[in-house]
Amino acid sequence: MPKYEVDEAKLRQLEEYIDSLSNKEGALIPVLYKAQEIFGYLPKDVQLFIARKLGIFAAKVYGVTTFYSYFTMQPRGKHVINICMGTACFVKGADKILEEIKKELDIKEGNMSKDGMFSVDTLRCVGACGLAPVVMVDGKVYGRVKVEDVKGILDEYRKREG
Amino acid sequence: MINITINDIKLQVPYGTTILDAAKMANIHIPTLCHLNLHDINMVNRTASCRVCLVEVEGRRNLAPACATECFEGMVVKTNTERAIRARRTMVELLLSDHPTDCLVCEKNGNCDLQRLAAELGIRKIRYEGEKSTYTKDSSSGALYRNPDKCIMCRRCETMCNEVQTCGIYSAVDRGFETVVAPAFNLPMIDTQCTFCGQCVSVCPTAALTEVSYVDKVWEALFDSEKYVIAQTAPAIRVALGEEFGLNPGDNVTGKMVAALRRLGFKKVFDTNFAADVTIVEEAKEFIDRLNGKGRLPILTSCCPSWVKFIEHQFPELLDIPSTCKSPHMMFGAIAKTYFAEKFNIDPEKIVVVSIMPCIAKKYEIQRKEFKHGNLQDVDYVITTREFARMIREAGLDFTKLPDEDFDNPLGESTGAAVIFGATGGVIEAALRTAYEWITGESLGNVEFNEVRGLKGFKEATVKIKDMDIKIGVANGLGNARKLLEDIRDGKRFYHAIEIMACPGGCINGGGQPYHHGNLDIVKARLEALYKLDKSKPLRKSHENPAVIQMYKEYIGEIGGEKAHKLLHTHYTKREKI
Ligand code: SF4
Ligand code: SF4
Ligand code: FES
Ligand code: FES
Repeated sequence: MPKYEVDEAKLRQLEEYIDSLSNKEGALIPVLYKAQEIFGYLPKDVQLFIARKLGIFAAKVYGVTTFYSYFTMQPRGKHVINICMGTACFVKGADKILEEIKKELDIKEGNMSKDGMFSVDTLRCVGACGLAPVVMVDGKVYGRVKVEDVKGILDEYRKREG
Repeated sequence: MINITINDIKLQVPYGTTILDAAKMANIHIPTLCHLNLHDINMVNRTASCRVCLVEVEGRRNLAPACATECFEGMVVKTNTERAIRARRTMVELLLSDHPTDCLVCEKNGNCDLQRLAAELGIRKIRYEGEKSTYTKDSSSGALYRNPDKCIMCRRCETMCNEVQTCGIYSAVDRGFETVVAPAFNLPMIDTQCTFCGQCVSVCPTAALTEVSYVDKVWEALFDSEKYVIAQTAPAIRVALGEEFGLNPGDNVTGKMVAALRRLGFKKVFDTNFAADVTIVEEAKEFIDRLNGKGRLPILTSCCPSWVKFIEHQFPELLDIPSTCKSPHMMFGAIAKTYFAEKFNIDPEKIVVVSIMPCIAKKYEIQRKEFKHGNLQDVDYVITTREFARMIREAGLDFTKLPDEDFDNPLGESTGAAVIFGATGGVIEAALRTAYEWITGESLGNVEFNEVRGLKGFKEATVKIKDMDIKIGVANGLGNARKLLEDIRDGKRFYHAIEIMACPGGCINGGGQPYHHGNLDIVKARLEALYKLDKSKPLRKSHENPAVIQMYKEYIGEIGGEKAHKLLHTHYTKREKI
């Protein structure tokens, strides 16, 4: 068997799931859902494994993965930080907030922090322009965020993990 | 049959006929772009994505794409109303708004369907100014060039690669404006299971897919007085090259082709057909050895580098069955830099071997590490029939007026068995001619094996040799090859010998040939021309080629012997599915 550079126990779990399916045709999307549930994201080797296991082309799997915004090829942190980049928030300095968060976590947009605690994404207007600039963590909204607030917000979640 | 009316013309058409096909019957032209119907090889692209073929159907509010709309009883179609003409033009303008406009310096200038359409629809200005997508270009394989900026999302390549070649390289990736046809994980092509057959290139309407060109490198070598540049020409190009200069498909232009090469400055003009004869004696020997229990049956031909890469990725468990023979042009390269160099006292370091091929895969093949010896590469450059035509034009040669000239000796001599290498079934027929005589010790009366000829995707024949019934299989197109190999692997079918060519129809329809623009009658004409050439040759069996016999006597020694193995044979590598 070719080598896959992903967690082996998780891969076995995925394999069991695929083996349990009575009908493998048309199973691609449910399998991708399951895989993302298990791994948290869909790295290349997981997609390759799925392609070979289901007997379909890797390009097809990749096409589906990139078509649905639900699927992601980037690992997600425990806590997902979303920064609104809509016009109102942008005018109020959302880009500076984003910079500060990236600096504080030492990561790029779309990526996960090394400790696996956070990942960062940007959004278009989330409909709370009155509170601009807006930052959301796991769906919780923080309004009128200032650069100085960033560390405090992150610490809230860091503390929770102990 | 159903009755319909198109532009006031009444006609009857069979059930299931599209408006486009019905219009053709009535001699009405509807422009198309994404649509492509290659029924000879069972490929129809039905994406209906470009909407360039919109027409009015009475009683329907929306315009209908003619290529994807079936006729119904009493249908009334109008193709030339103001609304339809405007809509079609708008569709092309929209395509152009996200397309580079560097036609003047584009590889496909003069051969591009989008360019032709813009001219046909009289587009003089692009009214829509849009954001243009830019993507990474890919020449990682040194064979196939991808420029996704020029992709119009017709997805013909995807249909060709998935359905005909079953390699599944492309898929539509991302969504919305960002969508592009790309390989898995946007990998460089060299890291995929692409076989570089170039069939996607053959059907791409624009320059989104072309070959990596070596024309400039070849010019450079030709103008370098230190270098000794020699050419070899594949069998399939001599019956196609003329098309680039307004001659008919299938016109045999061997003599003018040789003359052109000489005028471009090649020191020697040799023929890959010579090496094809060498391939046959080596392969026939290997076949007879295997029949005698030395090695596994069936034996598979190995002349097609695209097919070789396919089996390496898709059937790594079967790598002991292809013949170990190098492809003919690789044999030629090895012979040129040893036998020829020694015989004529030329420093092999100075020799530059240029292969002129109908094929894109051979550009990849020459880079394989098995074919490098120190800093010497068996073959230095591969250019396609199309690139060769470009060089002839650049040099200002009036091709059709050139005199007919002969190949140089000794590597220019060949038999009729070699020339049919260019068509599906030809290699196995050539091998049979030799194997038959060697096994029986008798002369073969009728050398023509008609069952293995023709464009059908799969052919078989049983040939009686002495008291044996030798079963032969022939597949062309990688999808047909895949089916056959699955059966071989699973023990469902048995053959003694199998020939496989990646391109539907064989090299005459190779990915580097003049564009057929969807008309496969061109390929049929080339096929017939090759068999005519075979018939016209005084010698039609490879083992009778006097230059080949002399080379073995002077240099190589025994057929299938030690030196032969060192120079003329190769080995295969397992590769992953991706
Ligand atoms: S060159 Fe052949 S195998 Fe490669 S993508 Fe094109 S059609 Fe598919
Ligand atoms: S069939 Fe001929 S042209 Fe096509 S890839 Fe094979 S060798 Fe090249
Ligand atoms: S722009 Fe950020 S909430 Fe509207
Ligand atoms: S040709 Fe009909 S939709 Fe493209």
